[in-house]
Amino acid sequence: MTTTVPGAPPAEELPIAADRDVVRVRQAMRTFAIAAELSLVEQTKAVTAASELARNTLVHGGGGTVTLEVVSDGRRRGVRATFTDWGAGIADVEQALVDGWSTGTGLGLGLSGSRRLVDAFDIDTVPGKGTTVSMTKWAR
Amino acid sequence: MERVPVLKLGDVLLVSIQFDLEDEVALALQADLADKIVASGARGVLVDISGLEIVDSFIGRVFADIAATASVLDAETVVVGMRPAVAITLVDLGLSLGSVRTALNVEKGLRILRRDLGLRAAEDLDAISSGASAPDATG
Amino acid sequence: MAKKAGGNSVVAVVRDRRDEVLDGWVEGALRGARGRVSEAEVRSELSTLYDALVKGLVGDELPDATAAELDEARALLTELSRTRARAGATPAETAVSVFALKEAALSAVGEQPTAEQYADFLEFSRLVDDLGLVTFQAYAEARESVIASQADELLELSTPVVKLWDGVVAVPLVGTLDSARTQVVMEKLLEALLETESERAIIDITGVPAVDTQVAQHLLKTIVAARLMGADCIISGIRPQIAQTIVGLGIEFGDIVTKAKLSDALKLTLAEAGLDIVPRRGADA
Repeated sequence: MTTTVPGAPPAEELPIAADRDVVRVRQAMRTFAIAAELSLVEQTKAVTAASELARNTLVHGGGGTVTLEVVSDGRRRGVRATFTDWGAGIADVEQALVDGWSTGTGLGLGLSGSRRLVDAFDIDTVPGKGTTVSMTKWAR
Repeated sequence: MERVPVLKLGDVLLVSIQFDLEDEVALALQADLADKIVASGARGVLVDISGLEIVDSFIGRVFADIAATASVLDAETVVVGMRPAVAITLVDLGLSLGSVRTALNVEKGLRILRRDLGLRAAEDLDAISSGASAPDATG
Repeated sequence: MAKKAGGNSVVAVVRDRRDEVLDGWVEGALRGARGRVSEAEVRSELSTLYDALVKGLVGDELPDATAAELDEARALLTELSRTRARAGATPAETAVSVFALKEAALSAVGEQPTAEQYADFLEFSRLVDDLGLVTFQAYAEARESVIASQADELLELSTPVVKLWDGVVAVPLVGTLDSARTQVVMEKLLEALLETESERAIIDITGVPAVDTQVAQHLLKTIVAARLMGADCIISGIRPQIAQTIVGLGIEFGDIVTKAKLSDALKLTLAEAGLDIVPRRGADA
């Protein structure tokens, strides 16, 4: 369960429509991760995961949006990013989470790799309709 | 579109990445390097990533490709200055840079290139910083 | 909470007879504070709390302890709990100070309360009980955060990275290695490699009693990360039992060099760095 966090920046929604948006997502995630009081390594992991997922949204989802927010479970803070696209969806999620699998160019580490970098990871996908991926990274 | 500058230092091409790389900029760098290796006959490529806070799977792949391309063109690549947080993240991400050589900083990277290829870049660098005239080429 | 025509009579007393009830409360609270806090301080704390409480009791219905109207009161209770904890009070002492309000309120109602007034008092009493529990919660959280920050400090202190020679650092690990500790070690080692411009590290595990799969994996990750940065590591101090455990668990160290003795690791590292240690000329001639 998460509660609103006093003193933290309000949730922000960013479009992911072009290459430079991936960089903007990284920068925004860095800001939120710092607000959530993540250590440098935790920040780096969160930003890297967000970069992977943002690129996925752009390349495989045909573009979409991401919502960034600082969250709290009562004891510690964290950062959450929710990526949404209205693309082809993922037909076989299990397969997609296997390292190295990819339909397009790239190492195919986008999903499986970013899952390893974060604490909570959820995929909601409907083939033909789109995909929502949410990641959460907690401060230690 | 911003481009990453490529400097020529003797037989080495030096690339220093100071800002967050957009995918297109990284790909443009890859192409630029291939062109310049051929045009200059450079035998070594040194990529300084000490300014990079993030290396994700795409950027990592670009570095691996740069090294592979350089190798085909008979040049050796060394990536230097990876930050600890980046290294730790890459390990968790499961990304291997393959056979790309790495070094802690530019100085050590140049030392590796000099040793492996007998290049003049290191002496040029010393000469520039000490103000002396360039020494004779060494084997 | 039952709604009654005219509202809760005990609440009315608390609202209308502030000074009387507050005095009674302060007296009761002082008894429970056992001289840890001065009367002036108690009075100041409790009167602020009193007013916040009354502000939240405006309606006819008695609110829940978690209601928004009592946000301010709860925040003050949390602060009170922390202040008392720092002064050395137990959570029970602090809670009892809060509970003292009940007796003060009942006294103010009168010598012979009616059945209805008793019913009202019960309702009010439940609310005060819940508010007293807030202080327990705050106390527990404050203690937990002290323990957490002490654990962090201990972690920092117990993972030194030392420079053995130009270009060689060592990390002598002592004690059990859990996930958190190994991560700290990893980060400190990598930072040290960069700062000292060292290309070699010796990770000595002589002082580590047991190595399980997780610990081994963390060590391996550290070494892979160091290699990515352009440095390399040797693991030394592997005792016979640990060697057997590692084999038994099927852990492979691949091309990572391991040595039983730290001295051997040092010798190898220096040799790789192109250094020879030779006896002084003329000694034992």
